[in-house]
Amino acid sequence: MNTEILGIIFMFVAVVLLAIPLGKYIARIYAGESTWSDFMQPLENLFFKISGIDARKEMTWKEHLLALLTINLLWFFWAMLLLMTQEFHGALNPDGNPSMSPDLAFNTAISFLVNCNLQHYSGETGLSYLSQLACMTFLQFVTAGTGMAACAVVFNAMRPTQTLPQGEGLKTPFSYGEGEGVGAKIRLLGNFFNYFLKSCTRILLPISIVMAVLLAFNGTPMNFEGKAEITTLEGITQQISRGPAAAMIAIKQLGTNGGGYFGVNSAHPLENPNYFTNMVECMAIFLIPIAMIFALGNYLNSKKLAYTIFGVMTFGYLCLQIPAVYYEMSGNPAIAQMGINQDFGSMEGKEIRFGSAASAYWAINTTVTSNGSVNAMHDSLTPMSGAMALLGMMVNAFYGGVGVGFLNFYIFIILAVFISGLMVGRTPEFLGKKIEASEIKIAVIITLLHPFLILTGTALASFVIANDPSVGWLNNPSFHGFSEMLYEFTSSAANNGSGFEGLGDNTPFWNISTGIVLILSRYLPIIAPLAIAGLLARKKYIPAGAGTLQTDTLTFAVMVFAVIAIVAALAFFPALVLGPLAEYFIIY
Amino acid sequence: MCFAFHVKTNEKWANTNLLIKKMKNDNSLFQKQLAQEALKQSFIKLNPKIMFRNSVMFTVEIGTVVMLLIIIYIAISGDKNQGSLAYNIVVFIVLFLTLLFANFAEAIAEARGKAQADSLRKTREETPANLVLANGTIQQISSAQLKKDDIFLVRTGELIPSDGEIIEGIATIDESAITGESAPVIREAGGDRSSVTGGTKVLSDKIKVMVTVQPGESFLDKMIALVEGASRQKTPNEIALTILLAGFTLVFIIVCITLYPFALYAKTTITVAAFISLFVCLIPTTIGGLLSAIGIAGMDRALRANVITKSGRAVETAGDIDVLLLDKTGTITIGNRKATNFHTFNGTSRQDFINSAVLSSWDDETPEGKSIIELAKNQIDMQLLNKQVESAKFIKFTAETRSSGVDLKQGKRIRKGALDSIKDICQKAGNAFPEEVMDRVKQISSNGGTPLVVSENEVVVGVIELQDIIKTGIKERFERLRKMGVKTVMVTGDNPMTAKYIAEKSGVDDFIAEAKPEDKMNYIKKEQQQGKLVAMMGDGTNDAPALAQADVGVAMNSGTQAAKEASNMVDLDNDPTKLIEIVEIGKQLLMTRGTLTTFSIANDVAKYFAIVPALFINAIPALQALNIMQLASPESAILSAVIFNAIIIPMLIPLAIKGVAYKPIGASALLIRNLVIYGLGGVIVPFIGIKAIDMLVSFFM
Repeated sequence: MNTEILGIIFMFVAVVLLAIPLGKYIARIYAGESTWSDFMQPLENLFFKISGIDARKEMTWKEHLLALLTINLLWFFWAMLLLMTQEFHGALNPDGNPSMSPDLAFNTAISFLVNCNLQHYSGETGLSYLSQLACMTFLQFVTAGTGMAACAVVFNAMRPTQTLPQGEGLKTPFSYGEGEGVGAKIRLLGNFFNYFLKSCTRILLPISIVMAVLLAFNGTPMNFEGKAEITTLEGITQQISRGPAAAMIAIKQLGTNGGGYFGVNSAHPLENPNYFTNMVECMAIFLIPIAMIFALGNYLNSKKLAYTIFGVMTFGYLCLQIPAVYYEMSGNPAIAQMGINQDFGSMEGKEIRFGSAASAYWAINTTVTSNGSVNAMHDSLTPMSGAMALLGMMVNAFYGGVGVGFLNFYIFIILAVFISGLMVGRTPEFLGKKIEASEIKIAVIITLLHPFLILTGTALASFVIANDPSVGWLNNPSFHGFSEMLYEFTSSAANNGSGFEGLGDNTPFWNISTGIVLILSRYLPIIAPLAIAGLLARKKYIPAGAGTLQTDTLTFAVMVFAVIAIVAALAFFPALVLGPLAEYFIIY
Repeated sequence: MCFAFHVKTNEKWANTNLLIKKMKNDNSLFQKQLAQEALKQSFIKLNPKIMFRNSVMFTVEIGTVVMLLIIIYIAISGDKNQGSLAYNIVVFIVLFLTLLFANFAEAIAEARGKAQADSLRKTREETPANLVLANGTIQQISSAQLKKDDIFLVRTGELIPSDGEIIEGIATIDESAITGESAPVIREAGGDRSSVTGGTKVLSDKIKVMVTVQPGESFLDKMIALVEGASRQKTPNEIALTILLAGFTLVFIIVCITLYPFALYAKTTITVAAFISLFVCLIPTTIGGLLSAIGIAGMDRALRANVITKSGRAVETAGDIDVLLLDKTGTITIGNRKATNFHTFNGTSRQDFINSAVLSSWDDETPEGKSIIELAKNQIDMQLLNKQVESAKFIKFTAETRSSGVDLKQGKRIRKGALDSIKDICQKAGNAFPEEVMDRVKQISSNGGTPLVVSENEVVVGVIELQDIIKTGIKERFERLRKMGVKTVMVTGDNPMTAKYIAEKSGVDDFIAEAKPEDKMNYIKKEQQQGKLVAMMGDGTNDAPALAQADVGVAMNSGTQAAKEASNMVDLDNDPTKLIEIVEIGKQLLMTRGTLTTFSIANDVAKYFAIVPALFINAIPALQALNIMQLASPESAILSAVIFNAIIIPMLIPLAIKGVAYKPIGASALLIRNLVIYGLGGVIVPFIGIKAIDMLVSFFM
């Protein structure tokens, strides 16, 4: 077997092996049990003291939502402030980059706030070091923390309202608040700020530090100096941008943010210097998304459920990954026809230090999770790999973004539980709670939202082009051009942030349309699972009997996969046929 | 109280089954008359106001209307861009048929329910009622004029005009019109057998009855309205499924609308016919068309099992039942205990003892007493005994003495009773009570039997052993329930030792011994607190609170009005094991919905592969590779897909109405089974069907 394939298999196995203990650790953090990182507690208490937050006050799901949305709004203003005042950043802006225009600042702030990181600027020329640190890197931490905290709330809500036998599972007792009406009790689901802060200080921060150090040792800059001037072998002088890059790159990957320090992201030689850093970064992309699944298993003390979810996700992931790697390694027949050697696979738009396998592998990893950092040009992917990258974002739940990946998957579980519950002749229940009309309504709205945003967006763009082909932002008026438009909207709706590129996307049309998609597709998919979990947590717990459908079995896994395949993929079939599939059938 | 009515029930056990079998036999789906009525209804239901209730089919109706407009447009303008006139007409006809098929499914289910209801309604056509006025005079009015709390009189040979409660008198009543059971039943004022049903006939004597329901609100009225679909409210589960289906419909609306600009971009023209065909094929028309038929058929199946339900929700809940409370007597055991053995003591000869036992039971009207004579029948000389009882004095059973018996002319005093009472009698007379007897009594008790001790002149002569006879086949039924995930609980007035023995022998999971009415209530509450759903059957007024507390309460038709009011269902057959059938009907209802939804959505895969290549193949010839069914032409592909989509609805009507078979094999195994049949089948069948139709269609094109 060739080393390129061994390399990517190693990355996968290593991530799973790391995710198992990490999942255990995350579960302990969210359950409030003691861990080695408790030395951070005084610092956390200081934060809470300054901000006047009582981190022990438990919240209902609505209070969680309120906290989440309020704090996000605050960060938006903070980001706007920094981006629009860059010219005054002084020592932290050694290259003297200008302030952003209000519309670009708006776009950038929203895009980082929703964990998407579509970048309509280039880091080297568009941001001060203060912005890179206090805006970009800061948001990359806290938005990842937001997703994880929301996920933790759902974990909490999923706990069976039944006391576990001594010594099993987590012993955190349930808390109840006063509900409407006399004596009504509402299950409380922990404190949002507590989950949020601990996600940042106990999980994201320690791993980021280790990773940033590894990157720095491999040549990624971590300093506050301005551009370096070098003379190349050709004798030309070149300006090389530097700055606090290693810190940002670590969290960009770990927090499935994807926004690069430099314009060309992880294809940049300083952002991703060698095959080793490529491995570290690529692994960081899907380490926490997988660890969150194992965390669920530990937190609920039902590892089988976690393995079932992991199994479905992994199967779906492999269905995308294997064709992508295969087609990239097989080379592009259209280029082969020109007599260009394709022994190393399709190398158009790829970095020679990573090779075709690792680039294809990264492309799928970055799209199935909502990361969006790139180490190769996605526009140059062969049609089938492009289709797989698109599908990964269309499903957006095979591992998915930190925290939010599981939340998306949760919606599919609810739908699968509902249909399969009916099929076995019992009112559907998930973890002992009945799934009824209101939960289905919420789940249906969310499953509708994704195709709605992607298809209507693409339809709008197609319509504009069909009416006026001279509009200028589409360079490939072909099936490939269609893929580019489809990709841009899919990436926005999946909060991914990667681009097919080749599209002149810095125009009012793209800025506005993708901006709307970004906001809708970030918050609604967080609100929905929270609402469902919150509603379910209040319901009466029904212990499993012989007639109950177990959700931690292979059969149920097949069911969930079928639901994902049919619900998430079928809606996009015509679009895929007109884009990558048409291109595929023409080239091959 | 609970045991009184079971006397009749046992005899009915066999009859009921016969009745159900009979009903199942004339169950053929498309009786001519029904089909005609349903066909008429299919057209009436095209009214958009009615169609609107079914979001999936309503969108199909809009599509059909658009196709009609297109046809008119082509016919007038001669425009060839939309395909030939004939092709458009065919698409229109197929869509129109799709609508009719869906309406027919609902109409046939309703017609079947209606036919069933009509036969019930016949019993309550206008009958004259003898209204008893406040001053005691009697006025003849029509039954329809009877109001709640009115009092009427019914005499021999007359029909009872309304549901009510007997306040005076006793009568034998023929309830065959309701239950199909020919043996008359006795109803009397007071107690648990005081309730009468409208439409039944008084065979002897006369009774005064107080009306207990408002006109049009009796159980039968409610049930008739339910099966006719008029007042049928969607169950929570059905609502959830409707939302899901509406969601799917919306997704495919988005898919089809966005396809238009996509096609513009790809410089392909897609005809309106193709758009609408794609849309109609993708939305879940199969389940959308059959959904209400499934619901109505579920109620209908309950009615066919002779169970009247107050709501569709109750049937669905029945499918979720975790715990089932059953009375021992009449359900698990055959009616009452039967004498099975005579044990003699103190040197009494066996023949003498049997004679004494028979004499003591001579005037005993209880089933136990009768069973003693039954057992002894072949071992005694009736004539001799007949002579002995002449002018004998019979002692009735009283709660104080807790024994009964006879004082014969020649001075012999025979007493029969529970151990304590006879022991008391003997010891008061100064006679020893032998250990031997005590041992035997204990032995009988521990075997689940009931000992009756017999004394002659205050000396113990023997013990009669009574045994409960467990119904044949009951153990298998409980086993089936266990596999369904339902825990069975036996409720009995017996002592714990006897109860345990019978529980073990019959295979129930738990029992409540020496049960008082509040014990049932407490047991139900306890289970409910653990999140379980509990069903119980009852008949007496003192069962009413527990029936109301239970998630599914089934009252016997012979039970009191209070019991009926408190429950969600009434069993016309008074058959305590009917709950098993109800649970299965509930499960079938959900399963039929689930499997047909899965089937409907799985069909989309094949339909996509039929239609999507057809849409673009002219612009992008390379897409021929996606035409994996090798369909003849784009037109034939689209036509085949819509035709398949249309005809699958009538093909599945029998399944929708009969329900998917429930097998108690555990949830996971059931899911695998249904996933393979309806999921995988749903993917494969349309590939075959569409290909076959295409071969046929292309033959004509």
